[in-house]
Amino acid sequence: MPAIEAKNLSFTYAGAEKPSMEDVNLSIEKGEFVILTGPSGCGKTTLCRCLNGLIPNFYSGELRGGLLVDALNVDGRSTAELATHVGFVFQNPENQLFSLSVERDVAFGLENLGVAKEEAILRVNWAMKATGIFDLRNKAPYELSGGQQQRAAIAGVLAMHPSVLVLDEPTSFLDPKSAEEIVQIIAKLSRELQLTTLLVEHRLDVVSRYANRVVVMDNGKIALNGTPREVYNDKARLIGIGLPKVTMLFHLLRKDGFDVNNPITIEEASVELKRLLPQ
Amino acid sequence: MISTENVSFHYTAGSEVLQNVNLEIKDGEFVAIMGENGAGKTTLVKMFNGLLKPSEGAVLVDGVNTREKSVAQLSRDVGLIFQNPDHQLFAETVAEELAFSLRNFGFKEDTIQKRVTSLLTTLDLKRYEKSPPFVLSGGERKRVALAAVLAWDPKHVVMDEPTIGQDYLQKDHLRNFIVQIISQGKTVVIVTHDVEFVAECKPRVVLLSRGKIIADGPSAQILTNEQVVEQASLVMPQIASLMKNLKNLNPPPNIIDAYSARRFLSGKLKGELEARAPAQRR
Repeated sequence: MPAIEAKNLSFTYAGAEKPSMEDVNLSIEKGEFVILTGPSGCGKTTLCRCLNGLIPNFYSGELRGGLLVDALNVDGRSTAELATHVGFVFQNPENQLFSLSVERDVAFGLENLGVAKEEAILRVNWAMKATGIFDLRNKAPYELSGGQQQRAAIAGVLAMHPSVLVLDEPTSFLDPKSAEEIVQIIAKLSRELQLTTLLVEHRLDVVSRYANRVVVMDNGKIALNGTPREVYNDKARLIGIGLPKVTMLFHLLRKDGFDVNNPITIEEASVELKRLLPQ
Repeated sequence: MISTENVSFHYTAGSEVLQNVNLEIKDGEFVAIMGENGAGKTTLVKMFNGLLKPSEGAVLVDGVNTREKSVAQLSRDVGLIFQNPDHQLFAETVAEELAFSLRNFGFKEDTIQKRVTSLLTTLDLKRYEKSPPFVLSGGERKRVALAAVLAWDPKHVVMDEPTIGQDYLQKDHLRNFIVQIISQGKTVVIVTHDVEFVAECKPRVVLLSRGKIIADGPSAQILTNEQVVEQASLVMPQIASLMKNLKNLNPPPNIIDAYSARRFLSGKLKGELEARAPAQRR
């Protein structure tokens, strides 16, 4: 049973002339780490909003097709019910944190669900340790760096024990080093907890090495779907996907007539070039 | 010219956000201010149009101390585009947003119309002319904020994190647009931690860390300096890291973008093929 299964899923926002998402068919297995990318306005955010029930609960419009998350039919479920299945992390952690201490913030969702105190304490402590912020638990969110705030936001979502994690450009406000740390934490959680992860991201340089699949949307439809190596091709470039710079370099070398492979990481590119250019 | 002389700044005494910053940005220069979250980048650029005044030292814009002018007067010459466009957008339509400051500055109505129309076209916003800014996407709102500032034609343009939330094509447009306004003689200062964008545009890089300038120079020189890159919580551009791994091939120093790397590697690969070819014929 796939963790996420969309069948001919389409959505047209109320008042819009054409659908923002059209005939999306997507099946993601449990534990997969998937990058969702595509030009602005391609429908990525709309798809994510369907996964946690913001569509149709908070955005009116016409929803067609079917969507199963964790074997639950999303249509007709409240966002509160879905929150225990799908965790959502936003671009700017400041929009997600508001309590007086990190610990309170991480506990907020559980309190809302009415989870028993002993159970809540266990889960909150576990989530703070898993994201490396246990030592910061008594600090106020505004005392934390951007990277620490984003970890706190992830911990709050983890405490709900979701089986699917959806992250909408979670690193774009962070400096590159903090961004890398966050992506590493997400990848580790995804692997160790078999947490199905859908990461919306433009900066493929940072995230590609961790993903087993990349889904590219364009004009509301899924344009490409495969491993990073399969997807980072000429078609992706024409859609306007910012390929990792080493991948781009090898694309240029192929254009120059050299028979080189399609590396995704700096390490892969180094190995290939050392093979072709022995000392 | 924008210059800072021994600028220090604190919100509360004792915790300095900026310390002894000395910086000179010449007219027509393209400068990227980089550094970790909280390094003081935004605080520094808010001094350029007088929104903040230094606790110690002085900021001079075209030779005049920012303490001697109002923010409104300074803004005429220094256009600051905030990181979050929602902090500066409020009008009912995109066209109104662009016209607002021009009316404030007392421009004639026909000049206003001409400028608004031309900017809507240049920044690909024409179709949103009559839309309220808040229905646009994040990236589009950022372009409206940029257009609204460029409308009054400031001499110096300062953009705080212009690439956040922008996809690859929009970044490409932004880069072309920056080149275009620099060629018109404007100074462009960007605050960013987008190393790959900087590696493609190659501005002068001023690196801030914990309120101090720790490096200042051409981007290819700064972004390949492992020590300062680490100190400012940045990472090297991918291509620079790749070149470091290939140092046995003696790549020229300072290759940080895919196109320069392509020229170097194409040459090497061609040489290797030619060296092998005669051996294979034998």
